[in-house]
Amino acid sequence: MRHEYIDRYARLDSPVHRLPPGLKLAIALALVISTVMVPISAIPYFAACALLLLIVIFLAHLPFRFVALRLLTLEPLAGGVGILALMQHDGLLMLIRILVKSNLCLLTMIVLSNTTPFDGILGVLRSLRVPQLLVTVLALMYRYVFLLIDQSERMTRARKSRTFAPRRGGRWKTAAGIVGQLFIRSTERAERIYAAMSARGWR
Amino acid sequence: MHIPDGFLDLKTAVATGVLSAAAVGISLRRLNGSLPRKKVPLMGLAGAFVFAAQMVNFPVAGGTSGHLMGGVLVAVLLGPAAGVVVITSVLIVQCLLFADGGIVALGANVFNMGVIGSAGGYAIYRGVRLVFRNERGRYLAVVLAAWGSTVLAAVCCAGELAWSGTVPWTSAFPAMTNVHMLIAIGEAVISSLAYSAIAAARPDLVAENPRSAPVHEGRDLLLYGALITAGVVLFISPFASRWPDGLEAVAAKLGFESTAIARPLVTSPLDGYTIPGLGSPVAATVIAGLAGTCIVFAGGFLLARLLAGRSRHEA
Repeated sequence: MRHEYIDRYARLDSPVHRLPPGLKLAIALALVISTVMVPISAIPYFAACALLLLIVIFLAHLPFRFVALRLLTLEPLAGGVGILALMQHDGLLMLIRILVKSNLCLLTMIVLSNTTPFDGILGVLRSLRVPQLLVTVLALMYRYVFLLIDQSERMTRARKSRTFAPRRGGRWKTAAGIVGQLFIRSTERAERIYAAMSARGWR
Repeated sequence: MHIPDGFLDLKTAVATGVLSAAAVGISLRRLNGSLPRKKVPLMGLAGAFVFAAQMVNFPVAGGTSGHLMGGVLVAVLLGPAAGVVVITSVLIVQCLLFADGGIVALGANVFNMGVIGSAGGYAIYRGVRLVFRNERGRYLAVVLAAWGSTVLAAVCCAGELAWSGTVPWTSAFPAMTNVHMLIAIGEAVISSLAYSAIAAARPDLVAENPRSAPVHEGRDLLLYGALITAGVVLFISPFASRWPDGLEAVAAKLGFESTAIARPLVTSPLDGYTIPGLGSPVAATVIAGLAGTCIVFAGGFLLARLLAGRSRHEA
């Protein structure tokens, strides 16, 4: 049930992981906002920011390969928008700006999400007086997202093992069938969860 | 359509953040008042459902594959307020757990995919249902809602990128719109097929019982409509003058532009979206856009009143 691609390293033990989640969230937010605001000519700022993040990655024992691969998934999007940005005067500067800023921001968020378990962040949101309903929905979502991903993968696998020569139209219908079935099972599960929560004195 | 951090400047992030916060606030308030306690777990499960459904791929041309965004499907099944909250939760989890979509850009993503993609799609759905009331009208309404809201969200996304000065509007608008007019076909077909699969297996989940429809739905749609129009005015209308009208472009090509504008049949009060006597063309465009939107908004208001009146009447 552990999914390799969801908060894989969030529960390691390191000095960075032991910091309070609220502090990490605040620092990450401040870093992202300043990276968005600082003009691209401030090269020392961007260099210092990158160096700081690399040190944190090292201290947190995050594998560099994992972080680099995760960062690479941004490049097609950044490249695409960068090419569109080239179609204006001083477009090259804008391209550099997009690449530097978006990569630094994403690196910050990768470090945050892989050093802070989600329930820690939920605790911060609760103490910040984020509406109760939203926090409850987020908590339930985090609890059940792994299960539902499992379920959808199981259904996809079952369908694949019974389909030998798929046609495109058929596959669209299959995908829609899986989505529909997933929704029905989610509502049924929600009903059971409500019964279980009530039985344990929820609210 | 997830905008990462670093693509938007701070003013765009703040503007979209304010609009999104207002929409999420309205939705939470509505749900706090009307959502039965029993349905709270369903909201969380619906978020997990959207997440898992986004991992189901279907093939598109040329070896690429697409996935559902699910905003319209959730809004049609659970209502617009639930749709906004569910999609917002999905985006928050994707941002904080996967680093997918930026944290400063969260407001823009919530606005594009949650407010336009879910509540806006629901408004289209209700509008189409007013015209086509039979059983097949439902599927048509889901198709049009999913297609229309996806395209509008893409246009708004292009407007946000252009307003940030990241990408010129003249290239962002056609690129985003053309790509998403195709992507939206997948969204429309899968949403509609999934809806009909749910209707076939559990007709009770899609029953349009007028008693279960909240009385305030018309007013809610009005508020979402106001927020969406505010977004459209802010992000799209400053560029509207650089967006050649189809007919004007054809006229220019064929060379009868000068004869065509010689004697207009009816002089438009906001001719070509500029107001005479106003110095700055950008300000004039924004004001003209605002005035135009107010007119559209008045039409929407009447439609919403009509809807609200009907649901109260039936209940």
